[in-house]
Amino acid sequence: MEAIDFATPKTIDEAVQIMASNGDRARMLAGGTDLIVQLRAGRRSLDVVVDSKGIPELNELSYSAQNGLTIGAAVPCYKIYQNQEVASAYPGLIDSATLIGGIQIQGRASIGGNLCNAAPSGDSIPGVITMGGVAHIVGPNGSRDVPAEEFCTGPGRNVLQAGEILVSIKIPAPQAHSGTNYLRFIPRNEMDIAVAGVGTTVVLDPSGQNFVSARISLASVAPTPVFAKEAGDSLAGKPVSEASIQEASEKAMADAKPINDMRGTVRQRVHLVGVLTRRTLNNAVERARGG
Amino acid sequence: MPGLVHVQTTINGVQTDFLAEPRQSLLEVLRDVLGKTGTKEGCNDGNCGACTVNLDGRIVDSCLVLAVETQGSEITTIEGLATADGLHPIQQAFLEQAALQCGICTPGFIMASKGLLDQEPDADEARIRHWLAGNLCRCTGYDKIVRAVLEAEKQTK
Repeated sequence: MEAIDFATPKTIDEAVQIMASNGDRARMLAGGTDLIVQLRAGRRSLDVVVDSKGIPELNELSYSAQNGLTIGAAVPCYKIYQNQEVASAYPGLIDSATLIGGIQIQGRASIGGNLCNAAPSGDSIPGVITMGGVAHIVGPNGSRDVPAEEFCTGPGRNVLQAGEILVSIKIPAPQAHSGTNYLRFIPRNEMDIAVAGVGTTVVLDPSGQNFVSARISLASVAPTPVFAKEAGDSLAGKPVSEASIQEASEKAMADAKPINDMRGTVRQRVHLVGVLTRRTLNNAVERARGG
Repeated sequence: MPGLVHVQTTINGVQTDFLAEPRQSLLEVLRDVLGKTGTKEGCNDGNCGACTVNLDGRIVDSCLVLAVETQGSEITTIEGLATADGLHPIQQAFLEQAALQCGICTPGFIMASKGLLDQEPDADEARIRHWLAGNLCRCTGYDKIVRAVLEAEKQTK
């Protein structure tokens, strides 16, 4: 690995100052499970690595039924799934947090890092999008909030401008009769990169028989995670049925624009989006009916 | 050129200070600076788990930790498991069950297994296999490793 400097700011302001004065030669470090690999492989060249772990706001994990969930950008996956309150309120988030890498990776990797790394295959991103997650960003000119579906702009690229850092991800409190699920397809059971992934959040009416609304998001089938808005919107007001779910899955397939690569073909990936959309919708409905 | 950083840690219960360049991984420092060569380098990119150590109570791939990040941390490596009384029960079980051939992956498997048994002493076979998915072994076919962990569970109760 090339020589780097290591900065350990204790406040957001300090971090923003370091980031602003180094431009694209500096990058925030959370768990390092992407960044350190990229630096070592020479896929990224930096002067300064800025540690996130000394800044309280980037390490916050808090939940309340009024304000929802705040996940500091550096909070590792295991802290999320070991928090009983968070795990029971957001089982759809736990789907992702427990399948990113193996246990060693989950000891370090964060949802914030997954978002900033902006891989099309980021397993936590579809769920954050469908749950209405918002990226809270602070930079030299103040703070702004960006919906998760607008955060990634290309493979490895995101909306952060020079000097800006992702502080936290805010996810609203789950609505009554709602449920979320994320599934991915990989050739083995663990430790692999999604060939395709689908996250789904549904809100049902009190009878549990009709969709009030739904949001669907896709991984690994486009240059960025995809928010399949039309597919989700097609379910609003419809009964929970094989027909409505089939229709939504076909719309989701239409939003998938994958490539052929070593992990899968276009045809397989589009097919998988259909299958996974139906499965995650059914799983999300089951969760919505249960709570 | 960035200089060396003074890092204070506790490794295997012993206060250990070292100097590291920010670009050096914890794995490099353990092996090349501190001479603790029990922790192995396999893939060096977080896939194989051979470099697994315990960092502040969680298992991590030490190739994916910058040594300078460990300021103030407690680290346990494979060298910290055996005591004056003998091998750790997991090490003993790996020997008795012949859960290794070439041995390169073994320290990582033992550190990962310890991480599991520390928090889930009743883990069943499926849970053990899932937990150890971040550790690769190209010799044993895993069955003997899983049997050793199940045996170690019995011994530690």
